[in-house]
Amino acid sequence: MANIISDETIEYVGILAKLELNEEEKERAKKDMGEMLDYIDKLNELDTAGIEPMSHVFPVQNVFREDVVTNGDGSEETLRNAPEEKDGGFKVPKTIG
Amino acid sequence: MSLMSLTAVELGKKIKAKEVTVKEAVTEALDAIEKKEGTVNSFVTIDREGALKRAEEVQKLIDDGTLTGPLAGVPVAIKDNMCTEGMLTTCSSKILYNFKPTYTAEAVKNLEDAGAVILGKTNMDEFAMGSTTETSYYGPTKNPWNEAHVPGGSSGGSCAAVAAEECSYALGSDTGGSIRQPSSFCGVTGIKPTYGTVSRYGLIAYGSSLDQIGPIAKDVTDCATILEAITSYDKKDSTSIDREDTDFTSALVDDVKGMKIGIPKDYFGEGLDSEVKEAVLAAAKKLEEKGAIVEEFDLSLVEYAIPAYYVIACAEASSNLARFDGVKYGYRTEQYDDLHNMYKKTRSEGFGAEVKRRIMLGSFVLSSGYYDAYYLKALRTKALIKKAFDDAFSRYDVILGPAAPTTAPKLGESLSDPIKMYLGDIYTISVNLAGLPGISLPCGKDKNGLPVGLQLIGDCFKEKNIIRAAYAFEQTRNYEHSPLSDVK
Repeated sequence: MANIISDETIEYVGILAKLELNEEEKERAKKDMGEMLDYIDKLNELDTAGIEPMSHVFPVQNVFREDVVTNGDGSEETLRNAPEEKDGGFKVPKTIG
Repeated sequence: MSLMSLTAVELGKKIKAKEVTVKEAVTEALDAIEKKEGTVNSFVTIDREGALKRAEEVQKLIDDGTLTGPLAGVPVAIKDNMCTEGMLTTCSSKILYNFKPTYTAEAVKNLEDAGAVILGKTNMDEFAMGSTTETSYYGPTKNPWNEAHVPGGSSGGSCAAVAAEECSYALGSDTGGSIRQPSSFCGVTGIKPTYGTVSRYGLIAYGSSLDQIGPIAKDVTDCATILEAITSYDKKDSTSIDREDTDFTSALVDDVKGMKIGIPKDYFGEGLDSEVKEAVLAAAKKLEEKGAIVEEFDLSLVEYAIPAYYVIACAEASSNLARFDGVKYGYRTEQYDDLHNMYKKTRSEGFGAEVKRRIMLGSFVLSSGYYDAYYLKALRTKALIKKAFDDAFSRYDVILGPAAPTTAPKLGESLSDPIKMYLGDIYTISVNLAGLPGISLPCGKDKNGLPVGLQLIGDCFKEKNIIRAAYAFEQTRNYEHSPLSDVK
């Protein structure tokens, strides 16, 4: 079974992935994704009816703690990595018109 | 003879006995790096000044009796996906080209507490996505056994640095084989511990349910010693396990009498290089001669591990890598219209082709309408694979096989055909899906002089079984130094 990836699908996945692909990259992505999905379709040979999806191999529980700051105020150091900062915050382009 | 041709534990002993100062050891490592980096390119960042300063501090702590452990003063290289406070941490990506973390990964912190001196950060496939270290934004690493070949990946820089003797040992991370496969290609030893053994805090996430940090070194003794040092229960990692039986060095015993070793027939079929097969089966024979009970069995489901892995790992990656958007750290595109345009352009310019490929696939398999068919199907397959291993470990203490189907391929041969590259991980990937510990150690060379790796897999929390079997096998052969080491 060959998976044909449409232009619309690649557009849509690009939106989900927040990636802007040029025409050449789009064509490549269509081909790559189609081939990968053909390969992944091998899983359909397996009967997995009644099998619980296993997200973790060991039983995991939420780890809770009191909301108390223990590592001090690292805001200055953290902001040093920001591409742009202003008044102690991350600066981004205008989000509301 | 260079101090870097010693094992980490041997060097630690010399430092402790005051035969060598920490500064001498660190200086030798830095000089070796300077001499060899033009050829091997194992490092993204070298911190000469920081390492020499730290060497003096550690020396004082050894002299006043504060540091007494086996790794005190021994120089280490860290894979560039582990955060190191104030030291560049790029994940070998353009998108983190200038990122200096404000904290240190827990595993690295544990090593520092044991007196390790960090030399720098090693090259890797971008965001650990690859099997050759060729997807690094900072250029490929070369195999110290033959520079025309890849070192494997994604921890290719760490394994090459150990093989080239630019450091005493290194840390790597393993999501689908990224410690074991490059260890095999570079002729060094590496352990991927049971999931949850080593804290992932400060490890830049790729596939969070699969990622584990582990040691890479010249021998099993080093690996067990390092693993003991980095293992800890950490509340900052919600999947960290408060486990027992972590005195791994107590398993360094040359005795496998009565140990049950299973060889999966499915690991020796089509696609396995005949020289690799021969070397691995010869290793099994050695263990049998030492009293182990070795038999073949059908593991089953081996061919489903890779497709299940790519669905799960890419899905998790698409979510984990959403944080790289040009707001908080790293690269931001120069020209943009609005916020969303800024995100998209930053990510498109900042990520390389393989990373984009995996984020796209991951976004697709998680998207509405495909989630059940792909993502949940993969998680169900994972449950079946785990069960197949549970069955196997009800009969065997250790599973033995190759770490990779071939020895190291030539540079440039793998990236053109992703599926072919992914197939190279067939023997390592299922171990991550099932959360098991695995070790790769050298067991011979092919006719071109490239190393072959033996993989031993244990049941969850049974590192000691694989360490014991690996140690016993190791006693039957000598460590072979690569041509890029100083020992000729």
